[in-house]
Amino acid sequence: MNTIIGRKLGMTQVFDDEARAVPVTVIKAGPCFVVQVKTLKADGYNAIQLAFGEVKASKVNKPAAGHFAKAGVAPAETLVEVRVDDPAEYQLGQELKIGDVFQAGSRADVSGVSKGKGFAGVIKRHNFSGQGASHGNHKKHRAPGSIGACATPARVFKGMRMAGRMGGEQVTTLNLHVVGVDTERDLLLLEGSVPGPKGSVVLVREAVKARA
Amino acid sequence: MNDLQIVESAHLRDDIPDFRTGDTVRVDVRVVEAGRERIQAFEGVVIARNGSGSRASFTVRKVSFGVGVERVFPLHAPIIAKIEVLRRGDVRRSKLYYLRDRVGKSARIKELRD
Repeated sequence: MNTIIGRKLGMTQVFDDEARAVPVTVIKAGPCFVVQVKTLKADGYNAIQLAFGEVKASKVNKPAAGHFAKAGVAPAETLVEVRVDDPAEYQLGQELKIGDVFQAGSRADVSGVSKGKGFAGVIKRHNFSGQGASHGNHKKHRAPGSIGACATPARVFKGMRMAGRMGGEQVTTLNLHVVGVDTERDLLLLEGSVPGPKGSVVLVREAVKARA
Repeated sequence: MNDLQIVESAHLRDDIPDFRTGDTVRVDVRVVEAGRERIQAFEGVVIARNGSGSRASFTVRKVSFGVGVERVFPLHAPIIAKIEVLRRGDVRRSKLYYLRDRVGKSARIKELRD
């Protein structure tokens, strides 16, 4: 297994063996439970469905409650499907802990929904340079400038970078160094930052670039 | 204690003396030079304490050969061999940045009497 679901708790710093301060993100990862096993024969592809996070039984609707009951798993907050090579290795209701996936020193990719920035201008959203503070500039300090030519093509090209909604989309941070794993408390320490606000659900996978 | 504090608690030192801004301290810093470790002392006035948990830090200011030198230490850094409080200061604010603009007599700090 190379995937686990977790909750971002926040950031802090720890000191490594060489006495350097390392910025870390702390993730409460797992335990996850197998809710569904999908096989090539029955579903057309091999995958397992993982559940994470406690939720009151009264907050779950009947179809979802039945889905969890079928696997013998307590109702959960999040369901995530993960492709696997051999679904026969997993049983319904099987528990996955952080120690099964990561050890200190390995590498991880983290996916999550980034913090929403609302309606953002081009400087924040697309890293435009903006315009001069002086030289006669009037109320156009953070404006994008020209967005195209004149009578030819007589329109603005599709995909032109402009102001708009920013953040609140899925972002993946690649190849983060695993600083530590606390199997007792299900904690994962990753060097650097991960997408999303504190308390958000993140998907932690074995790093794509470290596989091989 | 929440999980974040538990992570931090493993990296906190318990041998830090009680000191505050305005105090004069000597910080013994471990320096590795050419594979050899030695202790270098930095002595001055604590002009700020920042942060909490394992991220806490403090700023020490001294005037060396007429030039003001400030050094920021992470409070729980393993490179600090020892912190020694030499003198308690009597000050009314938590950040003594006004000392940067002062020299000589007006840059002194009253000693705390109890």
